[in-house]
Amino acid sequence: MSSRETVLARIRAALADVPSEETPADVPVPRAYRRSHTEPGQDTVALFAERVADYRATVTRTHPAELPEAIATALTHRQARRLALPDGFPSDLLPAGDWEWHPEPLGTEALDALDGTVTLAAVGIAVTGTIVLDTGPGQGRRALTLVPDYHLCVIHAGQIADDVPDALARLDPTRPLTFISGPSATSDIELNRVEGVHGPRTLDVIIVETT
Amino acid sequence: MTGQGVVWLGSPSFPEAAREALKDSQLRANLKRATGTIRDKRLAVASELDDWEALREAGAAIKKRTARHLDRYLVQLEESVTAAGGTVHWAADAGEANRIVAELVRATGEREVVKIKSMATQEIGLNEHLAEQGITAYETDLAELIVQLGDDRPSHILVPAIHKNRTEIRDLFTAEMGHWGQPAPDGLGDDPAELAEAARRHLRSKFLTAKVAVSGANFACADSGTVVIVESEGNGRMCLTLPETLITVMGIEKVVPTWSDLEVFLQLLPRSSTGERMNPYTSTWTGTTDGDGPSAFHLILLDNGRTDTLADEVGRQALACIRCSACLNVCPVFERTGGHAYGSVYPGPIGAVLTPQLVGVENAASLPFASTLCGACYDACPVKIDIPEVLAHLRAKVVESKGRTPEALAMKAAATVLDSPRLLGAAQKAASVGGRALARNGRIGRMPGPLAGWSDSRDTPAPPAESFRTWWRKNRETE
Repeated sequence: MSSRETVLARIRAALADVPSEETPADVPVPRAYRRSHTEPGQDTVALFAERVADYRATVTRTHPAELPEAIATALTHRQARRLALPDGFPSDLLPAGDWEWHPEPLGTEALDALDGTVTLAAVGIAVTGTIVLDTGPGQGRRALTLVPDYHLCVIHAGQIADDVPDALARLDPTRPLTFISGPSATSDIELNRVEGVHGPRTLDVIIVETT
Repeated sequence: MTGQGVVWLGSPSFPEAAREALKDSQLRANLKRATGTIRDKRLAVASELDDWEALREAGAAIKKRTARHLDRYLVQLEESVTAAGGTVHWAADAGEANRIVAELVRATGEREVVKIKSMATQEIGLNEHLAEQGITAYETDLAELIVQLGDDRPSHILVPAIHKNRTEIRDLFTAEMGHWGQPAPDGLGDDPAELAEAARRHLRSKFLTAKVAVSGANFACADSGTVVIVESEGNGRMCLTLPETLITVMGIEKVVPTWSDLEVFLQLLPRSSTGERMNPYTSTWTGTTDGDGPSAFHLILLDNGRTDTLADEVGRQALACIRCSACLNVCPVFERTGGHAYGSVYPGPIGAVLTPQLVGVENAASLPFASTLCGACYDACPVKIDIPEVLAHLRAKVVESKGRTPEALAMKAAATVLDSPRLLGAAQKAASVGGRALARNGRIGRMPGPLAGWSDSRDTPAPPAESFRTWWRKNRETE
């Protein structure tokens, strides 16, 4: 008997008390929990901004016309000059100035030598202050937002979901997803929070609002 | 030492190990501070959600549904992962899982792997097995790195090196990092940020050159085949995306029915574990993706005693554990003894119920007694595992396994009584009369007859004149 058959047979024997006619739906899952922990009428963009900042990420709110300027300001502040450019990042958002934009394909070593990455996002989650990337246009392979030490993420207000259930419903699980809540952090030494061990130590988030 | 497929620390039974640990006042102070800090953070973020109880109910119910139809969900998971380009392997025990991993690594021609912190691979002693096969496994989680460099063992599920202070870590990095790769910088100080930076540099070249990674899994969705890793540092993301081959070892109980079920667990887990609204990084992947991440993905489904646990109708609820470690941080016993005293990789209250079931109660007979049955762990558990109930149940099994002694009957009776509020009330009333008759100075010393063996090693406080339940009924319930 293969181990597959062995394990499955053990499971079936272990569940002798479960009636053979029982289906998963016969085990009720009470879904009385809230779909969202925001209040009706709450400013979820403000909540998102506050919660992202709570993780010691830097949050800027801007409008479409000012976006290239906001990107330039952040890059200047972080002294990030050599940047990975993900496939599909809109060229009209790139600020004019003395930046080196490195398009894909980029090897790991080349990526490691860069200062940072600028990306778009797929979904935001207001209640938890989370950004989700799904490797879609302008977001890059997962390595782009991981290897360089700085990540500047641009998210549109319309991409911000209220809470986790809403966000998961918007996402396609067949794509590789990265949920980011603040910069890389550890508390392994005497429970002192230290930003950045292996992932980017600095996370800047620009929220773009159309109104 | 590996016994019954689960790694043992080689420590003595819990009472002996605990006695030693209790002499270490530094350890106790570290633990008290650590558990207190995490406890407060957890309470603060859990109380932000006014439907916390409803989320716990849903989490418990999803886990119950999964357990009662585990065969179906595992087969569905296998289909989904295979359809997405992954390969699924089944391992009946630790030895088989270790052999599969070693063969997969050998097939790549590599002799090194990078590892994400994983309870399952600690449980089966994977690193030791790989070492015997000439394969070096590098732990990349900061705490696991500290433990590995010190040839030590983890003492906490969430913060495995909590028993080490910053000076000990600095000395360890200085002495050992050079043997494993990039040495620690000269004159390394003991500031946590400086130590984290040394770890970053030490592991950087490993991440950038590793061809094979080994991980565990926090969840795997049967419907989509999506595997989930929840972490903070980014070492997980490094291992999951940069190497060419990814090998994931997952206990069979980690499957959940659907992608959307994660909406419950991604709210419960970070808040219960690190006391954050969300952990810094969660990665999900479904099979392989062209041009992004590993081109080969292997998922190993590990039994290793889990089906024995599933067979116990009371004990099977322990399989619902999502490894958040909230029960450790509220446990008055863990807070004083630390994790090593529990002897297995699963410490604290959940370890006291999980380990004896994975290895057989006769092989871990002292663990179900490593508790005061105060119930704090049950209150803290995000998926409502009734740990005190399972402990009482396992105590009865332990004494039964030693023969049908009067003690066995007493423990079985105790399990029955603790199960029923009505019987408990009656027993407490009887005890307050009988027990007080035996007591001297408020303590009961050596008891007569068959209970002598039990009472030899402990004093029992005399029962109070009235039980808390009686007091409550008299003073509060009518208000």
